Amino acid sequence: MAQISKEQVEQVADIARIAITEEEASVLSKQLSEMMKYADVLKDLDTSEVEPTVQVVDLKNVMRKDEPRQWTSQEEVLNNSLDHKEGQFSVPSILE
Amino acid sequence: MSIFDYTLKELQAKLHNKELTVTELVQASFDQIDAVDDEIRAFITLNKERALEQAKQLDQEIDQANNPLFGIPIGIKDNIVTKDLRTTAASKMLDNFEHPLYDATVIEKLSAAKTVTIGKLNMDEFAMGSSTESSYYYPTRNPWNTDYVPGGSSGGSAAAVAGREVFFSLGSDTGGSIRGPSSYCGVVGLKPTYGLVSRFGVIAFASSLDQVGTITKNVEDNAHLLQAIAGHDPMDSTTVDIDLPNYQDELKKGVKGLKIAVPKEYLADGISDEVRKSVIDALKVYEDLGATWEEVSLPHSKYAVAAYYLISSGEASANLARFDGIRYGHRAENVENMIDLFKQSRSEGFGEEVKRRILFGTIAQSSGYYEDYYKKAQQARTLIKADFDQIFKDYDVIIAPTTPTTAFKVGELIDDSMTMYANDLLTIPVNLAGVPAISIPSGFSEETGLPFGLQIIGKHFDEATIYRTAYAFEQATDYHKKRPNLGGAK
Repeated sequence: MAQISKEQVEQVADIARIAITEEEASVLSKQLSEMMKYADVLKDLDTSEVEPTVQVVDLKNVMRKDEPRQWTSQEEVLNNSLDHKEGQFSVPSILE
Repeated sequence: MSIFDYTLKELQAKLHNKELTVTELVQASFDQIDAVDDEIRAFITLNKERALEQAKQLDQEIDQANNPLFGIPIGIKDNIVTKDLRTTAASKMLDNFEHPLYDATVIEKLSAAKTVTIGKLNMDEFAMGSSTESSYYYPTRNPWNTDYVPGGSSGGSAAAVAGREVFFSLGSDTGGSIRGPSSYCGVVGLKPTYGLVSRFGVIAFASSLDQVGTITKNVEDNAHLLQAIAGHDPMDSTTVDIDLPNYQDELKKGVKGLKIAVPKEYLADGISDEVRKSVIDALKVYEDLGATWEEVSLPHSKYAVAAYYLISSGEASANLARFDGIRYGHRAENVENMIDLFKQSRSEGFGEEVKRRILFGTIAQSSGYYEDYYKKAQQARTLIKADFDQIFKDYDVIIAPTTPTTAFKVGELIDDSMTMYANDLLTIPVNLAGVPAISIPSGFSEETGLPFGLQIIGKHFDEATIYRTAYAFEQATDYHKKRPNLGGAK
């Protein structure tokens, strides 16, 4: 049975880019272990000969022409950002 | 009675006879919202100024109008993007998303049909939930009794229709998010076949399961609304290019000779006695109308909820990676560096349930768990879908309850997420298989007076048979005519 430790929660939260407190990690460890335990019902199922399903529509490699067209203005796009300068998104410095 | 108790056909006649104007209809929506929405809390954002302006414009065009949705007030679930109308997905992450850049394809189609958007409807945050309690804003209440939840995640969409705040609404359904609330609120809700309705401009939760659908007070109106939004979209490569039937033509053909399958797993333990009895009663109605039914088995049903939470959370963890605080949405202040900006913005912007599912999905897809959990869930999905394919070789529709019980109380399950998840056991398999299903009103609890629904599941792209089956039941019963006792328009 899959127990998810506090350390694992912290590691996964780092991968998912979500800051969590120690207290949250403890609570999540319990909740996620419970969810994994619930998921263990799948262990009864023999799937050795079963292909996984990733989508249910019988479509393959849907292609369309890559044609440029007017979409929206730079100004409109930047408008939704809380921090932008000179036509660009502004972020904290990533180089020392 | 409310003006919204008329059918679409009746309203169109009144508009054309000049007994009624679009402005009056739209004003009726806002009047009802003023009267009842403090209690129901179905809306997050209203579109009043623009809606009334549009109504005035449409009143000039009424003589040329020739489509059934013309001028009709509609509510839109707040995960469907509307140009320059705030779209939040009921998340703090998008609380400041005031200016979406474009309309979702379904909104463009509604614009072409000349409906009037009244506002954006409350939901569980990013559609993750079954009660509308995980909304960043406030829980929506059930119009039949405001101590109870309306279901979720499209709780605002179902409650607004039941409360006559709008004529009809759009919702989305990933594991039952249209059908559950429709059952709890006593309205008609359809989850179309995966691939029938475009998801372009719909904020993604679990892309292999999400589907936009229609919530109305009766089956005929539901078919009109679906007709307007369905169809292939070059902007959504999962939509299928098929000829759409005229659903209205199919609706009234009756159910004589219809073959109904009733899965025993859907009437087993955990289903309340009155809900089970209502299904048996419904089958008698169908027998009287000339249909036949037999008990069948969908043997992999018990794996559906676990498979669903693994698959949907896995897909959600990828889909919600786009919310980084930079291009739009919530952005944390006082951060040290770029990674910190991502982490703090996401930590502050997402609610508890959303974070839990992102982490669950990340674990399920990580090395050491992928084979035994995520891939296993996808294999279970293959078996669940095969169960449906097998049944549909011999039967036209499957009939089952929509929800195991009537609505639960606000706060009752908020700390018991596993019970909340299991509550969707009758709707989840449908999304995994990608087939369409409707919930229609089929009874009321003797104890609480709350409604519940009958679920009719059909073959891929056979919404026409679902509507025909639903319409026949509706014509033979009165459940859909009952309405909650609320303030506002009488």
